Amino acid sequence: MDFDRRIDYNGRTETRKGEAMEQGTWKVKVGLAEMLKGGVIMDVTTPDQARIAEEAGAVAVMALERVPADIRAQGGVARMADPKIIKAIMEAVTIPVMAKCRIGHLAEAQILQHLGVDFIDESEVLTPADEHHHVDKHRFEAPFVCGARDLGEALRRIGEGAAMIRTKGEAGSGNVVEAVRHLRQIVEQMRRLSVAPSETLMAEAKTLGAPYHLVVEVAKTGKLPVPNFAAGGIATPADAALLRLLGAEALFVGSGIFKSRDPKARARAIVEATTYYDQPEVVARVSEDLPGAMEGLDVRKLDEKELLQHRGW
Amino acid sequence: MVTPSELRIGVLAVQGDVGPHCEVLARLGAIPLPVKSPADLDRIDGLILPGGESTTIGLLLKKSGLDAAIQDHHRRRGLPLFGTCAGLILLAKRIEETPDQPRLGLLDVTVRRNAFGRQIESCETVIDAPLFGASPLRALFIRAPFVAEAGPLVEILARWRDRAVLVREGAILASAFHPELTDDDRVHRYFLRRLVAARPAA
Repeated sequence: MDFDRRIDYNGRTETRKGEAMEQGTWKVKVGLAEMLKGGVIMDVTTPDQARIAEEAGAVAVMALERVPADIRAQGGVARMADPKIIKAIMEAVTIPVMAKCRIGHLAEAQILQHLGVDFIDESEVLTPADEHHHVDKHRFEAPFVCGARDLGEALRRIGEGAAMIRTKGEAGSGNVVEAVRHLRQIVEQMRRLSVAPSETLMAEAKTLGAPYHLVVEVAKTGKLPVPNFAAGGIATPADAALLRLLGAEALFVGSGIFKSRDPKARARAIVEATTYYDQPEVVARVSEDLPGAMEGLDVRKLDEKELLQHRGW
Repeated sequence: MVTPSELRIGVLAVQGDVGPHCEVLARLGAIPLPVKSPADLDRIDGLILPGGESTTIGLLLKKSGLDAAIQDHHRRRGLPLFGTCAGLILLAKRIEETPDQPRLGLLDVTVRRNAFGRQIESCETVIDAPLFGASPLRALFIRAPFVAEAGPLVEILARWRDRAVLVREGAILASAFHPELTDDDRVHRYFLRRLVAARPAA
């Protein structure tokens, strides 16, 4: 590049012709999460699927090698997708592209940042690489999203630098019950903190296993310091509306779209239901005559070991 | 002329960062109202098109009939409009790489989407804009567009890296960056005072 450019990797401050600018800051990371609010992020495995998702109104796509339902069915170690697939999907669409790395897999996270993906999902859907530690997300310039089942887990991830939280739900199950459980749990715990006397907050932080300063912040504002999205088992427009009614600010739909019989129609319907979740007449209209939702699993009949949501610490 | 405290400002709420705009408006004493359906436009004095994904918002505008309704309110009663980032793209008459993308097409500019690069290039910075006083505007660029070409009636209010990033054409204001994500509310104040409150009574 032909202009005066200095990069200080410590603070990531660049100077161009005397102009100060900072990349990869907390505001810049959370800023992109803010832009995705009210939208649907869809799992895709090919450039064609990515284009279908974009045309249907997805705010972003998640580039994967296998959707969670297939990971569940096929078993084996689930890893970061082939960079070639991710790059092909980035080429295919103009909307943001996310990709998943394994929990604690620093090297996969670095590869994804190098590829230029817009958001990295450190995800329990893949087989964890580290059974004690997550990635130190503050050290990255790319923003991260992480799953959570309760407020303590959400605040631990934010403490590590996650710029967006999503419920874990039970990915690839086509059953929304776990996402509802996790969202209700987080919302209820935040409500409790918002009325808790200040002298109880250290004990709350200890019980939650969460950083004290973030507990204090939630107590003050009544909400997470980053956008709070829902994921895991969303299969119908009504599922999307339900999670929005319960307080999710946006949604991830994994297997629910491309494991259904008419992905294009279902994707469009879920996008509309996500925006007009509070207008049952719209959700009813888009739900009409929608062919074959993905087959769901009864989560209670799954073996404890088969549950993806227990991954993450 | 009315004071900003009496103004009812709609924020298009089909997708995007609606909340931060509402917070700035409330802080400035205006009344923010979410707009999701054509009927919501009847009770507002101005409309903000927030950041978000322009492809998603454009599609939902079309499906809900909000696109024609906003165009109609703007042409018929001069409804002032302010778009940030995706809002700028939706207001533009021409979009470089996705010319068929659904949009409002009211502002005589050509925009280039994701013009500064992907998220990794997104940044916090300051922009010189003498119109807003001596201290530069604080700005957040998130996968931002810029104005590649502007028609003769379009005023360029601020440039960044030699690109037009804040423009005005009559009752339309548009920025490539996100003033709503900083604590610098001068662009919102400008919209309220100069585009909305200064407007002759309908």
